[in-house]
Amino acid sequence: MTTSAHERGASTSTAAQPVVNDVVITVATSNGTGSQSANLILMRSIFQMGIPVSGKNMFPSNIQGLPTWFTVRANDDGWVARKRDADVFVAMNVESIEDDVASLRPGALLVVTKSLASHVNRADLEVHVVPFDDLVVPVCKDAKLRKMVVNIMYVGVLAHLLNIDMKEVTGAIGRQFARKASAAAINTAAAVAGYEWAKANLPSSDQRTLVRGNKTQDKIIIEGNQAAALGLVFGGLTVLAWYPITPSSSLCEACADYLDELRRDPETGKATYAVVQAEDELASIGMVIGAGWAGARAATSTSGPGISLMSEFAGLAYFAEIPAVIIDVQRVGPSTGLPTRVSQGDMWKAYHLSHGDCKHPMLIPGSPQECFEFAAEALDLAERLQTLVFMMTDLDLGMNSWMSPPFVPLTKAVDRGKVLSPADLERVGKFARYKDTDGDAIPYRTLPGTAHPLAAYFTRGTGHTEEATYSEKPQHWKANLDRLARKFDTARKLLPRPVIESASGATIGIIAFGSSDMAVKEARAMLAARRVATDYLRLRALPIGTEVRDFVRAHRVVYVVEQNRDAQVTSILRLEMPERAPAIRSVLHYSGLPIDAQSVVDGINEQEAMS
Amino acid sequence: MTTESPSAKGPSPKAAKTNRLGLDLKVYKGLDSTLCNGCGHDAITHSIVKSFFEYGVEPHRVAKLSGIGCSSKTTAYFLGRSHGFNAVHGRMAAIVTGSNLANRTLLNIGVSGDGDTASIGLGNFLHMVRRNVQIVYIIENNGCYGLTKGQFSATADKGAVQKGGDVNKMETLDCCALAIEMGCGYVARSFSGDAKQLGALIKGAIAHKGTAVLDVVSPCVTFNNHEGSTKSYPYSKEHEDPLHEVGFVPFFEPTEIDYPPGTTKSLDLPDGSHITLQKLGHDYDPTDRTEALDLLHKADRQRLFLTGLLYYDESAPPMSEQLNLVADPLATLPESKLRPPPEALAKVMERFR
Repeated sequence: MTTSAHERGASTSTAAQPVVNDVVITVATSNGTGSQSANLILMRSIFQMGIPVSGKNMFPSNIQGLPTWFTVRANDDGWVARKRDADVFVAMNVESIEDDVASLRPGALLVVTKSLASHVNRADLEVHVVPFDDLVVPVCKDAKLRKMVVNIMYVGVLAHLLNIDMKEVTGAIGRQFARKASAAAINTAAAVAGYEWAKANLPSSDQRTLVRGNKTQDKIIIEGNQAAALGLVFGGLTVLAWYPITPSSSLCEACADYLDELRRDPETGKATYAVVQAEDELASIGMVIGAGWAGARAATSTSGPGISLMSEFAGLAYFAEIPAVIIDVQRVGPSTGLPTRVSQGDMWKAYHLSHGDCKHPMLIPGSPQECFEFAAEALDLAERLQTLVFMMTDLDLGMNSWMSPPFVPLTKAVDRGKVLSPADLERVGKFARYKDTDGDAIPYRTLPGTAHPLAAYFTRGTGHTEEATYSEKPQHWKANLDRLARKFDTARKLLPRPVIESASGATIGIIAFGSSDMAVKEARAMLAARRVATDYLRLRALPIGTEVRDFVRAHRVVYVVEQNRDAQVTSILRLEMPERAPAIRSVLHYSGLPIDAQSVVDGINEQEAMS
Repeated sequence: MTTESPSAKGPSPKAAKTNRLGLDLKVYKGLDSTLCNGCGHDAITHSIVKSFFEYGVEPHRVAKLSGIGCSSKTTAYFLGRSHGFNAVHGRMAAIVTGSNLANRTLLNIGVSGDGDTASIGLGNFLHMVRRNVQIVYIIENNGCYGLTKGQFSATADKGAVQKGGDVNKMETLDCCALAIEMGCGYVARSFSGDAKQLGALIKGAIAHKGTAVLDVVSPCVTFNNHEGSTKSYPYSKEHEDPLHEVGFVPFFEPTEIDYPPGTTKSLDLPDGSHITLQKLGHDYDPTDRTEALDLLHKADRQRLFLTGLLYYDESAPPMSEQLNLVADPLATLPESKLRPPPEALAKVMERFR
């Protein structure tokens, strides 16, 4: 049943040469039919063939019944951001069939289940009708299981059409159902049945084909949430408090699983960590702050609505100077918004979260690897800076499948910040909780339980002196607020530096961050092909440091690419550099779908044409 | 009114000079109170100071926590050598849950008010109790918002009259009944003017493992001490009906408990101390959950102000045991316990290849 890619290539050599290793496959199914497993198997089969790949799940806020789409993009150059048009489309869902057919670009290859074939009213598509409902019957005796099993059959059909190695498909099925031998067997049979039927009834595509490569060796496929969870576990997290919310829940659940596996005391089996599912986000951040106050490395993860609820506590952590970490896996707002779609719409809100003069350092990972590294780094920075630290990720990065180098062990020792022990107190002979003794505006703290008469102090969100006593005096209030501003400047020097890619002679700069990275890189290549040279700075933290200032100053114009309507990071940059504000422009993408390279190219071209 | 309440500032004349740790009473005091003269809260503060002194708690092992409001200010007025945390309105429950996770060896004392606990903080309070967080949780209950000038709180009794004349038409919220429903193993009601009973209940709470809830009626002399109030000094003094006379026998002072048979019940506390309950007018068993809830429902319907130990059950494991935490505080674990070895990461990476 297995046919190597090379033999396949040879068999189609008389037709027009198909495009090799560059294809976007979108599958439209119904939520809750197990199609996610089939789609992951499809993606992994291509990955195992050595071709760079990504998988993006566009799912509804629903458990069963609503339309859902999954896009696999395979690209030899590694361009695996979302692309607007599918080359190959699999239509399995009656709910979305009309829109699905209408959305396809001319010439696209459409695989449609026979019951929906009558909806296909376009002559400009290459249509293959497959009797999935008939094919599944002999493979799956249990009628109730058929709607699940039918989905793996399209993987077999695609394997034939695109020359995906069936050995990789069956391998991926075995991997997906590693703990369920019966499920593995039935899915394998179904995939093979789909493949065999297609081989007997359909020609291989002369448009697109996949050929085994070597570009995924030493790579992994991982979701950003899993990566961030590992970062917390290896970063020495001790307390995780969380409240379920899409798209953050999978981060906390993965973290709890890894902690259970990796962080039990080998001698006693007891936990060196605590995980609490809180009653709401007020409580989850409250627990994190209480834990941070008492010396834990504590974090929570949430999304927009949770961020709103955490607002009051964020100000307490800022003003009382308590370490805390919030990971914001951003989704689309305002309000409940589009809970299962992506945006970078919390940047401004989180940066200034809470009332009064409040601002928080933010780490902004742009890949799963950085989700891993920055989650650990956030725990260190929170303790070093004694403040709330955000890690801003998003649904695309967090819940979709990304290719990544395997993570390497963290080499930097865990940083517990400025904590005074009883011996320190004995040596120093005095303790003023909020005094800037080192000139970096970061004071020293003691932990509750420290056995020394000087250790105790009173933590409060109200006005206080350097000695942590209550004060409403104007000079105390202002001095403290000014020190906090200086501490924020200290943070600028401790945060991850931006990553800069330069082209010779570029007068245009692009600034982007987070999950936009891949689309921006592809867009730069597209622009370069049209002889538009660009330099690229990927922002990895806020507040900005000198590199960002230098980058903005060095360019005629800088386009800030962001996935929100209100140009939130653009606004922050303009406030940081008012003298350059007119030269800081935005390219905005906020449809709820992950950003694509064409949108970036169009956004820049339109504005360049006007200037 | 000012003579109704003992001052938080004055030493107790009967107190021994030093306790079993050799510490003076003043070590257990804090700053001077800034509350109104005669505030019930100051009397509670005094009871806390005295109870921690008499029990002989090491001050550095204590964390004092509170929310926002008059009551929540009082954590500054006792145990000056203990870490204190005056948090966010209604959210002390979440804060102490976190600090208890970080350091299970701390003895937490939380002071909250009726607005802080029963209104804005009710949800978090109930969940803290459900989790059985280690804390002596004192509600200084005056039935009103003192710091914002006397608005009703959720513990105002139905029919109670506000200073301005408004009558509370809604049901009252009974924190003790709710705590019992949530599985709390140590639930008491007391009166700030009953120092003897309150002291014994606080010491019993210190010895208890898990959450101990003490709902202490504590009159607001400025906004809720008038005719028609059901949380005033005159009303509370007149209506307080102790279920039993509460005594505390500490583990370090072994005493033969020798009372006439049938008159006194002795309850074992986890540290070897005992609570003694000497029968008064009621025949009440505080280890019977159904009886406790029945009693509270009856008290609510008949407007009785019953005080004493309402419910005791030492069996529920505290949160730190439920989570199977290591014995040492998570806060001070060395890096070797915090970061799994490099091989562990390599092994996990293999699963994603």
